[in-house]
Amino acid sequence: MIPFQYVKPSKPKAAIDTVAKDQTAMFIAGGTNLVDLMKRDVLNPEKLVDINKLPLRKIERENGTVRIGALALNGAVAEDKLVLEKHPLLSQALNAGASAQLRNMATVGGNMMQRVRCPYYYDTAMPCNKREPGTGCSAIEGYNRMHAIFGHSDKCIAVNPSDMNVALVALDAVVLVSGPKGDRKIPFGEFHRLPGDTPHIHTNLQQGELIMAVDVPENPYTKNVHYLKVRDRNSYAFALVSVAAALDLDGSNIKSARLAMGGVAHKPWRLQEAEQFLAGKPANEATFRQAAEVAMRGAKAFEHNQFKLKLGPNTIVQALKNAAGAV
Amino acid sequence: MKDYFFQDTVGKPMDRVDGRQKVTGAAKYSAEYELPNMAHAVLVGSTIARGSIKSIDTKRAENAPGVLAVLHYQNSIKVPGYVQEAHPTEPKPAGKPLQVFIDNQIHFNDQPIAVVVADTLERAMYAAKLVKVQYNVEKHATDFHQNVSKAVLPTVAKRNPKHGLNDYVRGKEDAYKTEPLKIESEYVIPTEFHNPMELQSIIAHWEADNKLTVYDKTQAVIGTQNAFAKDWGIPVQNVKVIATYVGGAFGNGLHTWPHETAAIIAAKKVNRPVKLMLTREQMFTMVGYRPHAWQKVGMSATKDGKITAITHEAIGQTSSYEEFTESTLQQTRMMYTSPNVTTRYRILPLNVSTPIWMRGPGEATGAFALECALDEMAYVIGMDPLEFRLINHTDKDPEKNLPWSTKYLKEAMQMGAEKIGWRKRQLQPGMVKNGEWLVGYGMGVGTFGANRGRAKVKATLHKDGTLVMQSATTDIGPGTGTAMVQIAAQNLGLPPEKIVFELGSSLYPPSPSQGGSATVATVGSAVHAVCQVLKKRLTSMVAGNSDTSFKGATVENLTFKDGYVSLTASPSARLSFGDILKQQNLPELEVTEESSPDASLRQKYSMYSYSVHFAEVQVHPLTGQIRVTNMVSCADAGTIINAKTAGNQMIGGAVGGIGMALTEGAIMDHRFGRYVTKDLAEYHVPVHADAPNISSLFVNKPDLINNPNGTKGIGEIAIIGVAPAIANAIFNATGKRIRELPITPDKLMMV
Ligand SMILES: Cc1cc2nc3c(=O)[nH]c(=O)nc-3n(C[C@H](O)[C@H](O)[C@H](O)COP(=O)(O)OP(=O)(O)OC[C@H]3O[C@@H](n4cnc5c(N)ncnc54)[C@H](O)[C@@H]3O)c2cc1C
Ligand code: SF4
Repeated sequence: MIPFQYVKPSKPKAAIDTVAKDQTAMFIAGGTNLVDLMKRDVLNPEKLVDINKLPLRKIERENGTVRIGALALNGAVAEDKLVLEKHPLLSQALNAGASAQLRNMATVGGNMMQRVRCPYYYDTAMPCNKREPGTGCSAIEGYNRMHAIFGHSDKCIAVNPSDMNVALVALDAVVLVSGPKGDRKIPFGEFHRLPGDTPHIHTNLQQGELIMAVDVPENPYTKNVHYLKVRDRNSYAFALVSVAAALDLDGSNIKSARLAMGGVAHKPWRLQEAEQFLAGKPANEATFRQAAEVAMRGAKAFEHNQFKLKLGPNTIVQALKNAAGAV
Repeated sequence: MKDYFFQDTVGKPMDRVDGRQKVTGAAKYSAEYELPNMAHAVLVGSTIARGSIKSIDTKRAENAPGVLAVLHYQNSIKVPGYVQEAHPTEPKPAGKPLQVFIDNQIHFNDQPIAVVVADTLERAMYAAKLVKVQYNVEKHATDFHQNVSKAVLPTVAKRNPKHGLNDYVRGKEDAYKTEPLKIESEYVIPTEFHNPMELQSIIAHWEADNKLTVYDKTQAVIGTQNAFAKDWGIPVQNVKVIATYVGGAFGNGLHTWPHETAAIIAAKKVNRPVKLMLTREQMFTMVGYRPHAWQKVGMSATKDGKITAITHEAIGQTSSYEEFTESTLQQTRMMYTSPNVTTRYRILPLNVSTPIWMRGPGEATGAFALECALDEMAYVIGMDPLEFRLINHTDKDPEKNLPWSTKYLKEAMQMGAEKIGWRKRQLQPGMVKNGEWLVGYGMGVGTFGANRGRAKVKATLHKDGTLVMQSATTDIGPGTGTAMVQIAAQNLGLPPEKIVFELGSSLYPPSPSQGGSATVATVGSAVHAVCQVLKKRLTSMVAGNSDTSFKGATVENLTFKDGYVSLTASPSARLSFGDILKQQNLPELEVTEESSPDASLRQKYSMYSYSVHFAEVQVHPLTGQIRVTNMVSCADAGTIINAKTAGNQMIGGAVGGIGMALTEGAIMDHRFGRYVTKDLAEYHVPVHADAPNISSLFVNKPDLINNPNGTKGIGEIAIIGVAPAIANAIFNATGKRIRELPITPDKLMMV
């Protein structure tokens, strides 16, 4: 940890201007990720802009969407009546994350922006392209049990660790951003990136851009949904693999489906081909198994995460079964 | 409820005497003391596993704001009598504990190589980051499996052919090999870390040139006092060690560690009190761990369930500079009737830090292999594993050829089997289901020596009728003070609320470290002794009274109850303890007693505590998710002094065992020799969601051969045997035998 300045503006514009002007400045919300990274010397912001005074905590209905403020707490969103009614999948995903204590500190914006949990990223004594571009990726030939099977590059194979993001990408959420150059909307699937040659660029948010809210459009997925997270312990652990599954059923037939995976790629991994495969098919295990095979096309594992090639499709099948059986 | 406060105190689930302080935050742990003018120290760890320091650049750190000193091997004060020792100190392990800042040699990754002292913690943290070190790197060996051929017999065994760590053969060596019905399996447990809630911390304060006070997280105040006195060549009484509260330790407070000496050196150098608290990451490298171990068990049995031979081999990891050993194979030598038993123990020195005893040390590792092997053998002969164990139960110690002091393991097994519903178990795996989930049942047995040492207790009875006892034991969580109050209440006939037991200071009469499940047997016996003497003294006072109503009184014909003495035959005449003192014009009555185990009895009897654990698990066939859905832990641990704290020990041990079985394990990247799991997000201790309803049951029959209170230890047996119970239950659910811990969903997926 290095000495740093701390400011707590009450207007978004002031917060944005401060961070836009100063490359060494960062926003801080719940601090549950950033403070750890500072203590481990992975991130060394010289100025912290605390955004907790900004009016970004509301969860409200807005033109056919549920608009969730960037500072809404993970715990509060998970328990929110509107979210439970319109987007129960999001609530389930949030409740599968971290622990109750963390969920009561962590914010929606912070959750979207949380860094990878690759152990090499957190230890400055070992090489990591993401932390120090050009030093090499220690995970590719090292301990890669938790790492990606989709969309990885020869520069970085880390995964996005968030549960919330998996539900939000499945639900076609849109991120509302305000920056030095004005406001813009980013479809959730385009917010996070694949590592490519630039793993040190974590998301598509620019310096100084502030997440204001997330819009989750209303949809038919209010009943037959399930977020299934397989992890090393029954709470308070990141996903080995997780699946967000949502079905719109007509009797025992699938009208349409949404499917996304967590713990498998540098971004929350939407499975659109599998969704298309599911549409119009009977909701039974055979269909789910075939959809899982479609979903797993192109997956490539490393030394310690071979199991994801098996656990991945199994978890998809089970999540779909649970979604179909949910009332 | 009211009756706790009167006779018959022992056994009652009395609330902890310090429970209120602990839950309200009033209890003060070592890092919570604030001394005037106190400075803060932060350690710099090496980033290589083996080699030497080529250069160390401290300029920027020294110039950073608030920095008072940056100390390392080139400029550190030399500790005159550097002798860091483990406690209990006998027998001494071979090799030498790591001596901090003594030379430029690097023995393991994150070895403390410098300490930065500053006026605030934040400034010390910042400056620590500015220390730049260059190394001469040498090739390190940290990978257990790649180096396993280099395992050796421990030096203590080489030197003394009678030492218990030598190879052991009863009957014929490796007799299982030629038997028709046999198993042969290998088992691995990874390095596990104690990770108590409280981080290791110390405040070192030189009150004068040769007078040192430390507020230290330790399980041994006297051991620590002796070690520091020798280090610094100062009289033992000039070293004061305070550890009033210890926030868990599980064994990692049984050694004096480099960070403690680093803080003492720093305090001497800057001539101010210095506080040093490890970070959570440093807890993984600087204060010991349960060593990685490989084991192999060969076993044979007859069709009707008689074990004919067991061979158990174990190799445990140690450091390159100090030989750590533990009694991994003890349970195998004494638990079952087998006429042929062979054990072989080796250690494997690697470029890692030294391990230290962790709850159920050795035995918990050994029991994992032995009790899984028993389950495997039961499957080979198609027998219920409970029945198999009952058939091979021994009524005397087959290793020492001695009778047991007490052994009620069969009773414990019956109680536990009943409670978990063992009858629901099917021998054939995968037969019981709950919806999609496969249900399985498993069991494991544990044992640990019913140890007892020597302790001294000072008791002061005041004329207001209150009793204050003192002894230099510690309480790392089991509720030592509470148990001692209950023992005194019972033995003296005084309400518990009138009794205070003070511990955790080297100023009190000596007691051993809190370890090896021996505290209640050891210190409790001294409390028992002190109460007997107090009773005698009170008896002679009343017998000699001018008021003749107590004429001819003896301890035997008096009743001591509720703080009063009365003649058993005519209870109407009674005197309070306080009034007895007042009649004698005594402000107080002070008695100090020491109690030691009777060595001759220990040669006539073999003394062990026993546990048996039953687990019910559910495993999802598609995802490999594992849930422990029910657990029953039963103990034969002699007299239970406090049903609540004893039950709490059992439940804590069971949760620790769930961790061993399912979640805990260090992972090191051997290219760097560094751990990649070194925080509580990556190193998984079990959480509430992993712990089911756990029932703890006690046979609760006294072992009066062991000690006058009839107790045997609980802390270790609470975890020994839990991991195999769960592993066996997973096999019963799935038919999959995972022999390498922890059993995680990916392992189930890939077999
Ligand atoms: C032990 C542990 C276990 C965990 N387990 C899980 C888990 O199982 N599943 C899971 O999903 N998560 C898990 N988490 C992660 C947790 O969800 C995140 O730490 C949390 O969501 C981050 O939110 P925060 O508000 O605290 O962010 P902060 O730590 O304050 O900030 C994180 C990042 O977001 C940026 N930021 C914050 N708000 C904004 C904004 N409005 N606009 C732009 N940038 C912003 C900050 O600059 C920073 O870079 C775990 C965390 C811990 C410590
Ligand atoms: S996977 Fe990415 S984060 Fe991990 S070591 Fe490689 S580059 Fe760094």
